[in-house]
Amino acid sequence: MEQRVLKKLVKSISSMVKSFKKSEIECLIRIFHSLVKRADVRLDNTGLDRNAFQAILHSVFGMTDDMLMNRVFFAFDKDNDNYINVKEWVKGLSVFLRGTFEEKLKFCFEVYCLNGDGYISREKIFDMLKNGLHQQSPEEATDERIKELVDIALNKMDYDNDGKISFSDFEKAVKEDRLLLEVFGPCFPEAKNCLDFEALAF
Amino acid sequence: MGVALTRATQWSAAGHGTRTLEVTPLNEAILTEIVMFVESFIYKHPQEAKYVFVEPLEWKTDLDPSAFGSGYIVSETTVNSEDVDKSGQPLLFLSVPQIKIRSFGQLSRFLFMAKSTKLTEAQACIEANRNPVAKILGLDYKVIDEISEDSSVLSILDKITKDDDPASETKMKIAMLLKQLDLHLLNHTLKHISLEIRLNPGTFKNDIELLKRFSGKGKQTVLEFIDYTSDYEFSNGCRAPPWRQLRGEICYVLVKPHDAEILCVTCSKGGVFLNGGKTDDEEEVNYERTGEIYKDLVTLLREKSAIFSENMSKQGFLHVRSCHLCTEKVRVSEGQQKEKDQPDETPRKTEDATLHKASTASHRSALESSRINLGKKQMTKRLEPSLNWKTTVDAKGKRSSVRDTQGGKHEGRLEKPRPSILPGIAQFRKSVQKVEDIISDSTSESEEDEEPSERRKEANADLPSEYWQIQKLVKYLKRGNQTATVIALCSMKDFKLAQETCQLAIRNVGGLEVLINLLETDEVKCQIGSLQILKEISHNPQIRRNIVELGGLPVMVNILDSPFKCLKCLAAETIANVAKFRRARRAVRRHGGITKLVALLDHEQNSTEPTYSSLYETKDVEVARCGALALWSCSKSNGNKEAIRKTGGIHLLAQLLKTSHENMLIPVVGTLQECASEENCRAAIKAERIIENLVKNLNSENEQLQEHCAMAIYQCAEDEETRHLMRRHGGLKPLASLLNETDNKERLAAVTGAIWKCSISKENATKFRKYKAIETLVGLLTDQPEEVLVNVVGALGECCQEQENRVIIRKCGGIQPLVKLLVGTNQALLVNVTKAVGACAVEPESMMIIDSLDAVRLLWSLLKSPHPEVKASAAWALCPCIQNAKDAGEMVRSFIGGLELVVSLLKSDNKEVLASVCAAITNIAKDQENLAIITDYGVVPLLSKIANTTDDKLRQHLAEAISRCCMWGRNREAFGEHRAVGLLVRYLKSNDANVHRATAQALYQLSEDADNCITMHENGAVKLLLDMIGSSDHDLQEAAAGCISNIRRLALAIDKARYPYNSNRHYKLPSITQHRTCHSHAQEP
Repeated sequence: MEQRVLKKLVKSISSMVKSFKKSEIECLIRIFHSLVKRADVRLDNTGLDRNAFQAILHSVFGMTDDMLMNRVFFAFDKDNDNYINVKEWVKGLSVFLRGTFEEKLKFCFEVYCLNGDGYISREKIFDMLKNGLHQQSPEEATDERIKELVDIALNKMDYDNDGKISFSDFEKAVKEDRLLLEVFGPCFPEAKNCLDFEALAF
Repeated sequence: MGVALTRATQWSAAGHGTRTLEVTPLNEAILTEIVMFVESFIYKHPQEAKYVFVEPLEWKTDLDPSAFGSGYIVSETTVNSEDVDKSGQPLLFLSVPQIKIRSFGQLSRFLFMAKSTKLTEAQACIEANRNPVAKILGLDYKVIDEISEDSSVLSILDKITKDDDPASETKMKIAMLLKQLDLHLLNHTLKHISLEIRLNPGTFKNDIELLKRFSGKGKQTVLEFIDYTSDYEFSNGCRAPPWRQLRGEICYVLVKPHDAEILCVTCSKGGVFLNGGKTDDEEEVNYERTGEIYKDLVTLLREKSAIFSENMSKQGFLHVRSCHLCTEKVRVSEGQQKEKDQPDETPRKTEDATLHKASTASHRSALESSRINLGKKQMTKRLEPSLNWKTTVDAKGKRSSVRDTQGGKHEGRLEKPRPSILPGIAQFRKSVQKVEDIISDSTSESEEDEEPSERRKEANADLPSEYWQIQKLVKYLKRGNQTATVIALCSMKDFKLAQETCQLAIRNVGGLEVLINLLETDEVKCQIGSLQILKEISHNPQIRRNIVELGGLPVMVNILDSPFKCLKCLAAETIANVAKFRRARRAVRRHGGITKLVALLDHEQNSTEPTYSSLYETKDVEVARCGALALWSCSKSNGNKEAIRKTGGIHLLAQLLKTSHENMLIPVVGTLQECASEENCRAAIKAERIIENLVKNLNSENEQLQEHCAMAIYQCAEDEETRHLMRRHGGLKPLASLLNETDNKERLAAVTGAIWKCSISKENATKFRKYKAIETLVGLLTDQPEEVLVNVVGALGECCQEQENRVIIRKCGGIQPLVKLLVGTNQALLVNVTKAVGACAVEPESMMIIDSLDAVRLLWSLLKSPHPEVKASAAWALCPCIQNAKDAGEMVRSFIGGLELVVSLLKSDNKEVLASVCAAITNIAKDQENLAIITDYGVVPLLSKIANTTDDKLRQHLAEAISRCCMWGRNREAFGEHRAVGLLVRYLKSNDANVHRATAQALYQLSEDADNCITMHENGAVKLLLDMIGSSDHDLQEAAAGCISNIRRLALAIDKARYPYNSNRHYKLPSITQHRTCHSHAQEP
């Protein structure tokens, strides 16, 4: 890539993302480009598709839950074009690596909310939690258990008692107990993986 | 009683129509209870006894009309009671053999008349009236089944509220009484059932196997033989034919005791009894019961055979068996008689507990528990019929499935399953066992083993709803993945974890193991959540112990190394809570916890360490604070104090002390204060210049901080240098000003303690005077708790070493309250009070006050105290009193038995007591008359006896006492005879100048006896004394010179005696006369 284009890109991104230094942004862009090439994508696209991104999440950040990785992809993909472009990449990573509490809060909510109606409904929670118990007893019993678990979660987080979790519910609950940030499954890589990535990238 | 009758009693399965009650121990017990109830009814509830039943109770009686006495109209075949109801019908009507009774009063009287047959009558009555309650109270109250049970109560209450005529009120009362009886019966039967439940094929099999082993020919065996009648065993363990199994019979045994005929015994669920016997030609056994029912085989055999009973005790077999029965699978090979009874009590206690519960609980919960009992009963009932093996299997299956769901952690815990973990139930049982003190540890897991815990669980049905909710959450903790676990943990945190119910609920459902198990995973969020809960519930002492027992401490100690600071904090805080008892503190040390905790204090280094930034991050200062908090708890053990010092903890604490966060300073100072009780730590504290900062924090606003600072100073100020440091850093003034705030007694105690120790240095005492602390201290002599008083008086005692302070105390009126404290019992207080009074007595004016308050008598009586320290202190205090009192000799003599007491204290083996008593004797002996008296009490031999000491303080006072006592009669010679002189000479080799002076003076006095001079000379005193003459101490010089001159003169006299012109061989006489003259010469210059 031409030096001039890169400079320009860095400049435009750094006006959006404050948590990285310019040099760091440059590194991230380079990584992005190398990943795009490696991901063997068609010529006309300008980013990572879902599978490539999930592969990265898995191999680099050690995330394992397919469903959630899928959701994380959508949270990264702000313009909903099913590709993650370089800006989305840097912006997403800034939340991953340097995110403030508020940013992470918002990110998690987006991941859990998925279809963008602004609520995490009972059904969505059930979907996310359905693998939460180790299989043991017959399917039905497990389903019952999960339903109870969903009730417990709702009971804790649904402050306005409308049977679903709005962003303000979520914010309030998480601020009260930070453990609830990734309440329906891990959205962020573990701290150790982040450090490893940073060490590798910068 | 309806429920008990329908559910608990054992009806014969024989047929339809009039079923009969079987004669079993259980039924008998129930009948006895009922009879007791009815009999006492007329006395306990005379009003209700008049109530007329809705329908009469009617049955066939064996009672003869002739048995009825006054109050009845008796004819040949009929009896009418004189009591009649409103319409004139008699309440009791007998027309042989039918009897009708319509009131409790009549029932009571009837049973009373029935005498020996009352049980049979009661049985007949109940057999004929299957639903007595309905007949008594009417159909509204009829008991249909257990479910409508509580609704029937409701309907009764309903009725009562609707119509309020007196009849229905009595009716209700009776209903309630019957209800109570019912409950009572149920509880009672539970006892029996719980005993019976052991009788199953397994137990019989074991019994018979065991007995077989001890059977055979010969005198030592218990039986000749024992064997089954049938070799075929059904799959359920029974040997009885199926149609007999229907009746609960399990097997038939032929037993031949040494001293009886062959017995054919039926073993059934209900008990063991003799049957009709087995005839040789037929295969069949005559199943009819021919004897009484016993609770088990051994009891029956003991009854039937004396030899069996005798040999059993020899074999110690009973023990083996009873243990075997009660703690099920415990195998004990050798009998130990003393343990024999213990296991038997176990089930009983549980029963008592349930009984107690039922009786104290409210009506609602009583109802509830009765239903539980019922559930229990149904289970046993189900066990009774023939297909019993099937139901047991069912029950077992169910139970194990229950266990699966509860103890699921065997299957899949998050990442690292802990193999050693016990299932929740087992833990539960463990705690139950603990309560009931079962001695055996070797219980293995088995079906029967689970029984007590199961039962306990049912008995706990009236537990609060939190219990069940927590149980549910713990299930998620056990089976959920990380996400589910975090949700469950967060939800659990919402419970009121500070409440004991919740704390115990978590433990009792096996939550502690899971929480500790979670700490061992790699999941940070699970670890955090778990620690947050553990931190809260570990405020409960029981939980602390459980955590330690479950090995929670090493895990938490490991977490202290975590790269996540908030985990470190939580772990340290939890350790701080758990390490409140010795075993826990030791465990922390053993697992290297102290080193790690000390490392937490080093927050400067901490911040350079690589850590993971995360949302849950906390400041380094917070980490240090938590570390200090944990160390504070740990530092209450001496071993840990040393460990803290060795790992450089004192230095780090000193660094932290420079900060200004109050919540940091409190644990830091608290730890320092605990450590300061160790000599080595005090040295380290001094080296670290901690005093300066302690002084700074004395000026803080926080009372707790002030308290701990003062405590630390109190501990450290034992050291002289520290005391000077206190003064130099201006620490005395804040102490003095804190004296004025007397509301917080703990702080006041600490502050006064610090003042006490600081005022040991005279310069400090002077300072305190400047700050007007003496006056304030005097003011604190009244209305304070003992901890404060001890320190206040101690401080005053030290301050009194200064003359000006003594004057102040007198002027403030401090002597009276001090003297009042002399009558207390607190040892530490008495030591300090006597010291203070003694110090005051140095002042003649104060002494007058002391004398007028009769304090000397009080001091004297303290010589009888059992505590040597008090004795010594009192004796020291007496010295200035005797010195300064007017007419001291007269005063001392006025204490009857006082002198004898003092002399007898010389027999003590405490050096301090001896020294103080010697000092007292020195003062007493100044009065000639008193000296004469103590001489009569044998002071000389006693003083001589203790002369063989190396303690310089004692030597000094002893020598002074000896020199005083020489002034009477032939005491000088007596000391020589008791070999004190030679020992005294040795004192001159001591390094203590005071000892030298006192000894020289004593030797001078003793040297006036010629024999003593010879002894001294022989012991090489002359050379030693010659050295003393060169001393700068005039008294010492003079005494040494006088002594030498006496010895010299004797030598001269002996020389003279050798010359022929002086043939006087009695050299003593000239020596003494010569000495007298010389002595007058010596005194002239």
